[in-house]
Amino acid sequence: MEPDKKIYFYPLWLRIWHGINALGIILLIFTGISMNSGIENRVISFKAIVNIHNYAGVIVSANYLLFLLGNCFTNNSKFYIVKPKGFLKRPMKQAYYYVWGMFHGMKPPYPLSEKRKFNPLQKYFYILVMYIAVPLVIISGFALLFPEIIIDKVYNISGVFLTAILHSAMGFFISIFLIIHLYVASIGRNPLENFKSMINGWHHI
Amino acid sequence: MNYHLFIFIILYCAALPLKAQYYDDPENHQCLKCHSNQTYSFHNDLMDTEEKRLMNPYYILDTVALKTGVHSVFDCTDCHSYEYTTYPHAANLKLEPLATCLDCHGGDESFATYQFERIQEEFQKSVHHQGYGDNFTCSKCHSQHTYATTARTSNSVLEIVEYSNNMCLSCHNDMKKYLLVSGHGNPEIVDIHNWLPNQELHFRHVRCIECHTQVADSLMVSHNILKKEFAVRKCVECHSADSKLKASLYKYQNLQQRDEGGGALSVLSNDSYVIGTHQLPILKMLSIIIFLATLAGILTHGIFRMFKK
Repeated sequence: MEPDKKIYFYPLWLRIWHGINALGIILLIFTGISMNSGIENRVISFKAIVNIHNYAGVIVSANYLLFLLGNCFTNNSKFYIVKPKGFLKRPMKQAYYYVWGMFHGMKPPYPLSEKRKFNPLQKYFYILVMYIAVPLVIISGFALLFPEIIIDKVYNISGVFLTAILHSAMGFFISIFLIIHLYVASIGRNPLENFKSMINGWHHI
Repeated sequence: MNYHLFIFIILYCAALPLKAQYYDDPENHQCLKCHSNQTYSFHNDLMDTEEKRLMNPYYILDTVALKTGVHSVFDCTDCHSYEYTTYPHAANLKLEPLATCLDCHGGDESFATYQFERIQEEFQKSVHHQGYGDNFTCSKCHSQHTYATTARTSNSVLEIVEYSNNMCLSCHNDMKKYLLVSGHGNPEIVDIHNWLPNQELHFRHVRCIECHTQVADSLMVSHNILKKEFAVRKCVECHSADSKLKASLYKYQNLQQRDEGGGALSVLSNDSYVIGTHQLPILKMLSIIIFLATLAGILTHGIFRMFKK
């Protein structure tokens, strides 16, 4: 057994952001699916579902500002920097570890340390989600909240329709990310380890 | 009725070679030279003077709409008395009965698809007829001069909606015309629909009759306008898989490309989107596949983790 080493990976602001984000996004996913499904919900009215979705959307958007500000004013942003060297090779190596290596006694190729909070594959997905999917879903979401600002027609296609497609496609991508995120989080010393870290801030290495 | 039919056929045949030509040159048309202008001039025989007067705004006709309307093959005096060709018009001409829609269209095979009798039946159940009886004629909504069958011919939802809603608003948003029929002032449309989210967007994309009529499947447009207490107020009636709109606004053949079976492009080329109702079948299928593949991947990985501990 290696000596137990703890790093304070997740400062309070980040845990608060992450908690609000997690609850908000889960609400958004369920209400989003409910609205799009076209299935009449007999427990909660369509109007109530729309309201929950709208409020949760605004809260998650405001919370996203906390994430951006936190990354601007703390050194958390450095964990998101991608090096051009091994741009594809590094995440591929991590993926190889997940699908083959970890079952064949291979050591993690990019062990976490004070300097490395995310492994390369994780970093790429976090960037895709936090800097592309979430901003797009926020922008399209606000557009749908104020549909009169949306361009009427893009060529022959309804602007609202395109915005709605973009919004649900990004929402879907975030949902898939969440499922994988929760599963990968269970890969630790024990399945609950990483979830505990996200509450108390300390990550065991 | 056969007599009417006979007259109609004679008139129609006589009019065919002249189709829509009556109103080609409004300035020189005997009636329109006055009735398409804000002012009219005439010689006052009594005083022997030339006079110019303001035309009653309700008697000014839109000559463009007149030319494209369903009755463009008829000249004015086909329906109005020939005596109107002299001015001043004799006062008692106003008391002459004019043909109603069913006088010409009722029981006529050539108009069977329009189901005028069924429309009449449905209309008689409506709040318009119950409140105001036979004084509420078809022409209160459907101007005989300019009416166009937009719902049958247009392939744009927005155009159909605008045309239909303007018929309702011509009275419901006009104090004088509303007062004429109802005897009291009209409630403000925007205020009474305050509860409706995105009001402007709803008004542009769905017709008033979507919520204010009892939909009759076999009729193109439902004419049974309900009392306000029975209007649709529940979002899910439209925003659900079995949306009310599928039986009303989206049932028209000319809009049917958006059907579930249609390709992605035909769905995309439509100009409306109702959450809960319109989904792209391809994207829906793709998302289910991706979701199941993700679950399968996680399950496989999890099983390997359990056995390879």
